[in-house]
Amino acid sequence: MKLDILHTLNTERAARRAVFIITDVDSGAQRLVKAADIAGDALFETLEKRLRMGKSGMDETAQGRVFITVHVPSPRLVIAGAVHISQALAPIAQMLGYDVTIVDPRTAFASQERFPDVKVIAEWPDVALPPLNVDRYTAFVALTHDPKIDDPALLHALARDCFYIGALGSKKTHAKRNDRLKAAGLTDANLARIHAPIGLDIGAISPSEIAVSIMGEIVQSLRQKPARTAKAEAA
Amino acid sequence: MLARDEDILKAAEDWRNAGRGVALATVVETWGSAPRPVGSNLVIDNEGNFLGSVSGGCVEGAVVTEAIDVIESGKSKVLEFGVADETAWQVGLSCGGTIRVYVEKVS
Repeated sequence: MKLDILHTLNTERAARRAVFIITDVDSGAQRLVKAADIAGDALFETLEKRLRMGKSGMDETAQGRVFITVHVPSPRLVIAGAVHISQALAPIAQMLGYDVTIVDPRTAFASQERFPDVKVIAEWPDVALPPLNVDRYTAFVALTHDPKIDDPALLHALARDCFYIGALGSKKTHAKRNDRLKAAGLTDANLARIHAPIGLDIGAISPSEIAVSIMGEIVQSLRQKPARTAKAEAA
Repeated sequence: MLARDEDILKAAEDWRNAGRGVALATVVETWGSAPRPVGSNLVIDNEGNFLGSVSGGCVEGAVVTEAIDVIESGKSKVLEFGVADETAWQVGLSCGGTIRVYVEKVS
């Protein structure tokens, strides 16, 4: 791999943009295609499919057999609520390779002391979230129990098409939340995307156990369902 | 520290920029039960330091040896590991799968 290709690859990845490397493994010939540029590429259909699946592999093309690597952005986790569960969830997610950001306007909760090694933003969601570039490679969880914080956070996550959206609260709490979000203009299809009660049903009781159940559900959403269509991104 | 995909590719760039000879190994095909998916990377330098993985640790040693050759010759190559190749490589995948690994120099 030429150093300039490697440099562009790393730059695109750091900016959370998808990118392809196309290699002829027999000749060693190699080129890089940015996801934003695939529309005009001779291999458009193949690249589009690989982007949608998020899977690298060998492809037969008019130019012969090539290996296509698709680099999609690493998954990220944004947590609304610097609560007890978050103190366990953040390090678990970091161990799985997620970049973690916690948002909570309550400064008593959102302190660096409570969350060493995690990016903590002590602001309301409407201030904190827009600059984060929340995208479809982001998992989003709302854990505050406070509608003033959770509701705007969930609206943002739905608008950004996050691959996983979860909200803490009992069935009763969630029914009330759905009523409020419907009043805010969301459809039943939107609401169905919110995992609530949050997490896999493993009988979790302690904050750390709930964190494990949430993380398990996030991994399931990422791996058991193909990445949602990338047409908007590719267009 | 646990290496993520972007850490591995960043290391490849950083090591090269620091003047080290560097090769990148990528899993390009798998058959049967394979420990790491297609696209997984291992970066190797000319002293045998490495980061990442192309298997569960079964064939990394052989890939590192081959990668040092690739760094010297500049010629990329495709390696195949599996049950059938045990005698050829003296290493194999205990999981019973077969993998093909592309090794290229970073230049």
